[in-house]
Amino acid sequence: MTNSTDFTPDGRRTLLRGLDTMMLIRAYEERLALMQQSGAPGTCTSVGQEACAVGVVDALDSRDRIITNHRSAAHLIARGADPGRLMAEVLGRVDGYCGGRSGSLHISARELGVVLTSTIVGGGLSLAPGVALAQRMGQGEEGGVVVVFFGDGAACEGILHESLNLAVKWQLPLLFVCENNQWQAYVHRLETMADDAIYRWACGHGLDTQRIDGNDVDAVRKAASQAVAAIRGDGQPRFLELVTYRQRGHLEPDDLAYVDHTEREHWLKRDPIKLMGQRLKTEGVLQDRDLRAIQEQVRGRLDTAQTFAEASAWPDPQQLTQNVYA
Amino acid sequence: MSTLTVEQAINQALHEEMQRDANVLVMGEGVAKSRAALLQSFGAQRVRNTPLAEAVISGTAVGAAASGLRPVVDLLFAPFLTYAMDALVNSAGKLRYLSGGQHEFPLVTLSMTGAGWCVGAQHNHNLEAMFVHAPGLKVVMPSTPADFKGLIKTAIRDSNPVLVFTDLGLLYTSGEVPEDVEFLVPLGKAAVPRAGTDVTLVSYAKTVNVCLEAAKQLELHGISAEVIDLRSLKPLDEEAVLRSVRKTGRLVIVQEASGLCGLAAEIAALAVTRGFEALRAPVVRLTGPDAPAAASWMLEQAAVPTAPAVVHAVQQMLADAVSAISSQALEPA
Repeated sequence: MTNSTDFTPDGRRTLLRGLDTMMLIRAYEERLALMQQSGAPGTCTSVGQEACAVGVVDALDSRDRIITNHRSAAHLIARGADPGRLMAEVLGRVDGYCGGRSGSLHISARELGVVLTSTIVGGGLSLAPGVALAQRMGQGEEGGVVVVFFGDGAACEGILHESLNLAVKWQLPLLFVCENNQWQAYVHRLETMADDAIYRWACGHGLDTQRIDGNDVDAVRKAASQAVAAIRGDGQPRFLELVTYRQRGHLEPDDLAYVDHTEREHWLKRDPIKLMGQRLKTEGVLQDRDLRAIQEQVRGRLDTAQTFAEASAWPDPQQLTQNVYA
Repeated sequence: MSTLTVEQAINQALHEEMQRDANVLVMGEGVAKSRAALLQSFGAQRVRNTPLAEAVISGTAVGAAASGLRPVVDLLFAPFLTYAMDALVNSAGKLRYLSGGQHEFPLVTLSMTGAGWCVGAQHNHNLEAMFVHAPGLKVVMPSTPADFKGLIKTAIRDSNPVLVFTDLGLLYTSGEVPEDVEFLVPLGKAAVPRAGTDVTLVSYAKTVNVCLEAAKQLELHGISAEVIDLRSLKPLDEEAVLRSVRKTGRLVIVQEASGLCGLAAEIAALAVTRGFEALRAPVVRLTGPDAPAAASWMLEQAAVPTAPAVVHAVQQMLADAVSAISSQALEPA
């Protein structure tokens, strides 16, 4: 895929925007991990997986719907979520996307098309066919595609197969995106999976599948764009397995005592932000000082976000039972 | 009015609501066959057979409900709902609240339970209280064909997930059902099929008929029993129960489900916490045992409270009251 990277002015803009977003996501999650040390609630980060979120979300437009999970910050930020409102949500404050009711684990934002986030591993896989069925039956905008993000942990839930089977049988406009980050909470996937490749499980249901380097944002974007275009064309589901690595722990704070550090070192060398930065430098699109400038700018955005979130009010306990029922 | 069985009343409700609102669809294992008339009227897009996969059927209903459709899912037998728990309890019941009110889940589940078919505990388990305990869900369990029709129509129009439980023993019983397409029974409103002054018998589903039979027999003994049919288990019509208890001062609660942490326990707590001053006797609960339902007809039926048991409980209650008064009179001043 590297050879076919588009370095025309338009292509460069896309690559730079992708790098910028990945750096914002990284900085956001690292900032929260830092805030956690001084009392903020712990989060499940997707540090190391940014290319998956940015590549896939870049392939979507405003018609499309996203279903995500407990590692949602990257998907939300890639979709344009405001880091200040996200942080306010994590802190349980009223200015969060869900008024502080969700915390970090089930943030949805209908205004961004990020619907029905479930932190139950595999929960999103049960909901996704229904969102896609509604799309197919005329709800939503013409041509809209539904994307469900899940991990290799969720792939080990039986619901994956129920969901794939129904999506194929009912011809649902649904893109399954498995971010295979090697970790199922505190257990390495090779300890739990009889097969090494998740895409092969999907193949058995008779839909088009691809396995992609999930740390190469350009490769992810291309694969996702092709898959989304194909779904818009024939209305059939597609499946992407993005092979990546969760660099931080399952839940902050985490001492990574259970991690094979040789494997981790290997993946750190393949860090998606580092890879894209190097490629852009090699092509002369960027210099080190440009990277430092992006970093500075991102830090400024997060300072503003943190100030906003920490200044946001707590929800009113009088409203404890508001919105249980419609 | 026309005379319909419960099964016919359910189909009539579905037909009328599908006619009224193009966003209503019915999904489930074999619905295109079991509800063939719906398929004929509305086509395969809106009457969908599904795989035998309750988790994804119910999850699909939840996802569709949040996206503009109004699905009705037929999950056949209530114990199968344990496969659907994640979608119903964790998603439909919680994601509106957790999202700060961003989503609505207008969906209805249908499932059957109760003694009558000798199918054993994996097809017969009155687990309605499990769902009453889950926030964000509504639960109804009617006893008459008219209430089935009116409550299902209201449930389909409601913006929340509503679980409708059908007592197997009622499926082919018949009764008068209004033909009006706007005939709706509100959620959260109990019915009082028989008024009385000496004792309140509270029940729902098939055992409402047990209470009505008991009330007839009690009348022969000069005891006037009021029967309350809860119909909705959540929201619960607390005022209807309290109004009656304040009138009669005596409360017997009858349910087929096992007793621990069930509806009867909740109603008893309601009477004690909010109606204590009116109570003239300890509250009595008649419930199924804490045991799986057996398939053997003899054992299956033995698990269901009977009219004679209700009569006996009421007579005991009144006899205790009489003896308490006599012993009080005998005590030295």
